[in-house]
Amino acid sequence: MRYTINFKLNGEEMSTEVDPSWTLLYFLREVLGLKGTKEGCGMGECGACTVQINGKAVLSCIYPVMEIEGKEVWTIEGLAQSSEALHPLQRAFIEHGAIQCGFCTPGMIMSAKALLEENPSPTEEEIKEAIAGNICRCTGYVQIIEAIKYAAEERHGSKE
Amino acid sequence: MMRLKVKEYYRVKSTQEAINLKRQYGEKAMYIAGGTDVIVGIKNKKWNPEVLISLNEIPGLSYIKEENGYIKIGALTTHRQIEKSPLIERKVEALMDAVKNLGSVQIRNVATIGGNLCNAAPSADTAPPLLVHNAMINLEGPEGQRSLPLEEFFLGPGKTSKKEEELLIEITIPVPPKTAKSAYWKHTRRSALELPIIGVALYLDVELGDYGRLQKVFDSPDLTWDDGLRALNESEIFCKELRLALGVAAPIPLKIKDLDGIVKGKRLNDQVFSEVIELALQKAQVRDSWRGAAWYRKEMIRVLTKRLVLICLRRILKEV
Repeated sequence: MRYTINFKLNGEEMSTEVDPSWTLLYFLREVLGLKGTKEGCGMGECGACTVQINGKAVLSCIYPVMEIEGKEVWTIEGLAQSSEALHPLQRAFIEHGAIQCGFCTPGMIMSAKALLEENPSPTEEEIKEAIAGNICRCTGYVQIIEAIKYAAEERHGSKE
Repeated sequence: MMRLKVKEYYRVKSTQEAINLKRQYGEKAMYIAGGTDVIVGIKNKKWNPEVLISLNEIPGLSYIKEENGYIKIGALTTHRQIEKSPLIERKVEALMDAVKNLGSVQIRNVATIGGNLCNAAPSADTAPPLLVHNAMINLEGPEGQRSLPLEEFFLGPGKTSKKEEELLIEITIPVPPKTAKSAYWKHTRRSALELPIIGVALYLDVELGDYGRLQKVFDSPDLTWDDGLRALNESEIFCKELRLALGVAAPIPLKIKDLDGIVKGKRLNDQVFSEVIELALQKAQVRDSWRGAAWYRKEMIRVLTKRLVLICLRRILKEV
């Protein structure tokens, strides 16, 4: 059976037919072709598939697509205005070398985005807690934490 | 990429609608709330439902409130909401300890407390804290509502006394007296996305005798567990009530019964702790698993029970 659902994706109203066998991740990648959101473990343990739903960080690999009805979804594709106008978190990740293979990066940035929207001045502990569900096998996390800190400070205009 | 074998998906607006659908579809249908256990279970082929009945749109099942001497938590309340609740932080400390270290922020944002209990894992983090707080649960079924103590809910791994079509509606916790505090220790290798090797929850209500020295010791910034226990042995703190529950120590989250005879009115010291721990170890059925060996789990029950007494006392003395 197919169902029509209405939701907002990266700021745009959408109405589309979906199959209840789809996870949100399947819908994003295989149906809409938005490949920025990654599948790592597929079991809700690695955070690579993190997106924002109504502002909150959520794992799209274990989230039924049917549940986005009436909700607002943000994926990594919604962040940059253009290649010249990256989101502050994206710029901070690049400038701080917080990316190596890049596979965890979209999920990491979505978790960080949800954190900064809820808590614009997080402590290091709060940053660590927010990304505890995002596994990175390359960087050792140090640069990622620095990048998030920098993006937070930049938002306040304290770093020019 | 994996799809689920789900053919129909209902987002019901009332408990009655959910119950009727579950009766209609029987074993082909499963209830789903946050989905962090259900979807993983479907992907693991543990379950194979054709129909999912989503409870997330049922209004009025997501709340934390205090009413007539009880703290009430709606079954659809997420772990994240509990984690942010000043009421839980003040009055159900063990539950706060549990939700802070459950899964990850992403999991806690959607996973519900009702789901954690209904999934009935021996490792369910919210269960030991609720057990030591003498929580009751309310279920709704075709014949109306009924309530029962949480300790009568768990029957085995993944098995509860909830009938197929019944829904967990609410958890109620008696407001503890001012002299009582609780704590939960999830013993793990890492701090996120991890199940406990052993989980211990303790609830302590005391009669404070001479506690001035103990309070001073507890205030010390470099307090060690040994210092704390030594100071406790030398002070006069009497036990009104001590409750203990264990996770991953039996096929179900286990509340240790018959502690009253050992602890009531007794001075809190090593002697009492040994008796409490011996009884707990007798009742527990710890076993070897890849997460931890039985002997190690037993050893940690010994260590953590004492630490939790100190944590509870420290919390009590902070407020006197």
